[in-house]
Amino acid sequence: MTTGDSLESYIAELEALARRLGLDHYPVDFELAPSSLMTEIAVYGLPIRMPHWSFGVRYIHQLVRQSMGHSRIFEVMFPGDPCHAYLMDGNTLAENTLVAAHVLGHADFAKNNLLFARFHEQAGGNIIEMAAAHARRIQQAIDEFGLERVEAVLDAALALESHVDVDMELHRSPYPTRAPERKDPGAKDAFHERFDRLTTGTEAEPPPASPQRLPLPPHPEHDLLWFIAQYGPDLEQWERDVFFAVRAEALYFYPVFACQIMNEGWASYWHARLLREAEFLPQPLYLNAIKSHSDVVRPFASGAQSALAVNPYHLGFTIWEHIAEKHGMERARQICRDEDDFGFIRNYLDRELAGKMDLFTYAAKSDGEIRVAARDLDAIREAILAPKFNYGAPRIAVTELCLDGALVLAHEHNSDGRGLDAARAKKVLEYIHRVWRRPVRMNTVDATGEALELAA
Amino acid sequence: MTEPGSASPPARPSRIAAETPWYELFSRGARDWLRHNQKVREAVRGKLPELLAGGDLITNPQNRTVLVPVRFMEHARFRLLDPGEHTGAGQGKGEPGQVLRPASQKDDEGAGEPGTEGGEVRFVLEFNLDEIVEWLWEELKLPDLKPKRSATLDEPDYVREGWDKRGARSRLDRRRTVREAVKRRAMQEAPLAFTNEDLRFRQLVRRSTPAINAAVIFALDVSGSMQEQQRRLAKTFFFFALQGIRRQYARVETVFLAHAVEAWEFQEEQFFQVAGGGGTTASSAFRLGLEVLDQRYDPSRYNAYLFYASDGENASEDREAAAGALAALAAELNYAGYVETDGSAFRPKETQMGELFAALKDKGGPAGAAKLASLDDVWNAIRAFFRDQATAAA
Repeated sequence: MTTGDSLESYIAELEALARRLGLDHYPVDFELAPSSLMTEIAVYGLPIRMPHWSFGVRYIHQLVRQSMGHSRIFEVMFPGDPCHAYLMDGNTLAENTLVAAHVLGHADFAKNNLLFARFHEQAGGNIIEMAAAHARRIQQAIDEFGLERVEAVLDAALALESHVDVDMELHRSPYPTRAPERKDPGAKDAFHERFDRLTTGTEAEPPPASPQRLPLPPHPEHDLLWFIAQYGPDLEQWERDVFFAVRAEALYFYPVFACQIMNEGWASYWHARLLREAEFLPQPLYLNAIKSHSDVVRPFASGAQSALAVNPYHLGFTIWEHIAEKHGMERARQICRDEDDFGFIRNYLDRELAGKMDLFTYAAKSDGEIRVAARDLDAIREAILAPKFNYGAPRIAVTELCLDGALVLAHEHNSDGRGLDAARAKKVLEYIHRVWRRPVRMNTVDATGEALELAA
Repeated sequence: MTEPGSASPPARPSRIAAETPWYELFSRGARDWLRHNQKVREAVRGKLPELLAGGDLITNPQNRTVLVPVRFMEHARFRLLDPGEHTGAGQGKGEPGQVLRPASQKDDEGAGEPGTEGGEVRFVLEFNLDEIVEWLWEELKLPDLKPKRSATLDEPDYVREGWDKRGARSRLDRRRTVREAVKRRAMQEAPLAFTNEDLRFRQLVRRSTPAINAAVIFALDVSGSMQEQQRRLAKTFFFFALQGIRRQYARVETVFLAHAVEAWEFQEEQFFQVAGGGGTTASSAFRLGLEVLDQRYDPSRYNAYLFYASDGENASEDREAAAGALAALAAELNYAGYVETDGSAFRPKETQMGELFAALKDKGGPAGAAKLASLDDVWNAIRAFFRDQATAAA
């Protein structure tokens, strides 16, 4: 029996076992991929994605990391119906068996977690095809309009990648252009009919002659990609499409981003459990696989005493084991459905677990000195979650689309706690300006807290 | 669509595909990396004069490429101001206040700060020198050199022209020969691999070609008053002047003259190491230059250029002699450029050499002068000379 054959039969048996244990997932298309493709997926987030020079920089960083042995990619899974999982063809059979079990955990999570399910419902279950279609359309645009022009649009759109409103739908309709009309005076309810009969003789107040044009946007709009694509006065249709494509991919990435700890923990919990209960696996293979498992979920590199980051696999795995033990699988599945990392960490990382895991917060000064700051639970939770707020980006909203077409952005420095890096912000405004083509302004504060207006 | 949470078995079993034929064929990462490098090149190109003014690039003129260290381009995003002190979550033993890593260790690997991607990584791009000179000429909007009219005399030379069935073995054209053999074999039954009839030889003919040779005389004042810094400026200037001339002419020959009281010719390697001393007699260099031109570079076949670098001082008793020698030399030159490496602040506005070249120019001679106080001036000087030279030749 070849490696592929035994892997295939193990996967079939693991899947049957998973179903018996209550996992519920869309079918998974597994594929053995060369490490070159795995590297690209790690860089682009998707097997086929639009071209942009910034990915080239990440690609080199990734190659450097891999060559130094810091990074090894075992598996990537794309949720959908069917899910697509890429296993590295250089993995051993034991590793790939473990990874396949891990993927089944992800597949279950992606079908049941509401953030994932919501995107699945809106976009249909084939993100790979969708991204490939985007890439193809962008390539067509490059052929038609030239690389420089398309690149300028992608410079802006990808820079704003995280600036989407994740609570909004994938296909969002524009704001109503007029104030909602007063109810048709003809269609009166019973109360008004009786009321009118009481006050005989007086005419009903006529509706205002011209309904006022509503200000744009009617409220601060955080969905910058959508707003620019929807309301950019001088954008061509293909440019809007590029923005919508980047936005769709950003909405796809959001559940992965916002549930990373839960999702990796859930998959790790299930690969451990599936392997433990998989009596069909030969003993040596099980031992090798479980050794890989302990490498994946260990808190810090072997030999180290501490780590300045919390391994999400380890953190999620520990919390899920705790939940399953203390509250039972029924409850665990409900949490898996309803929460994202914010709720998961705040509700289920308790003092006992934080103590058991030796979690702490640290402070790193600019001179390089790093100290343990505290072992306070709230501080730990917030330090874990801080990089995840607002999709990891500063809170920035469109506040006004002026009559001359100027775009006014505001940075909500009060909620972010400090101002923006002005040089980078100016660069981004320049990217936007090249597409928006009218003035772009932005309000934030400088290092001293003084109001600062940037413009491009 | 299945409602989330309803535990129904998958519609079909999962499957595994082993064939992944196309993945190796095309690398998106490499494509985007090349595009990044292209953008870096464009950016570098815009700042080329400043970058090259780094000076140390001109170590080996034989090496036709230079390595320019560049930084990765950053695709900007909105980001908060650097707070000065980062906080994060970690795991392990240790009491609050305990130092995990002492100060001034510039290794932020694994620090878990958002956005720091392994610190700053630099890489080196290799630029072809010809490409750089090409950019530079565009950047500085320099005109092409114009060969002297009198130097466009035709010069008979052997050039390749046509093929013959007979000839010297050394001129056998293998490709042609095989082609003939293939043609013949296609026509014959049971053909021989090669026959004498297949052989083709390149033929040479004597043809007149325009003179595209240049001789460049670099003359350097190595008297005691020239300091190291001034020599470096002169060297940089000479280098780029030479690149500009190489750009135009097929064959460029260089002559390196150094002088203090007397002048000698040097090899390029020793030229910048020469240290003289004592007084300065510029006329010696001009006379030697003229001698070299007369002996080796027939003015009907060579376009001759002189670049002279000096701190401007010359023995006052040599003034007349220098003026005479320069005028005689200039008569045979396409262009004479003078750069004054201005080292000290305490000096007369017009030096003797400056006056001599100015006088030559006033008389309509093909000459120009510039001052070099810093590396920035090198670009101005290059620009000035190549423009001047174009007007002088017109």
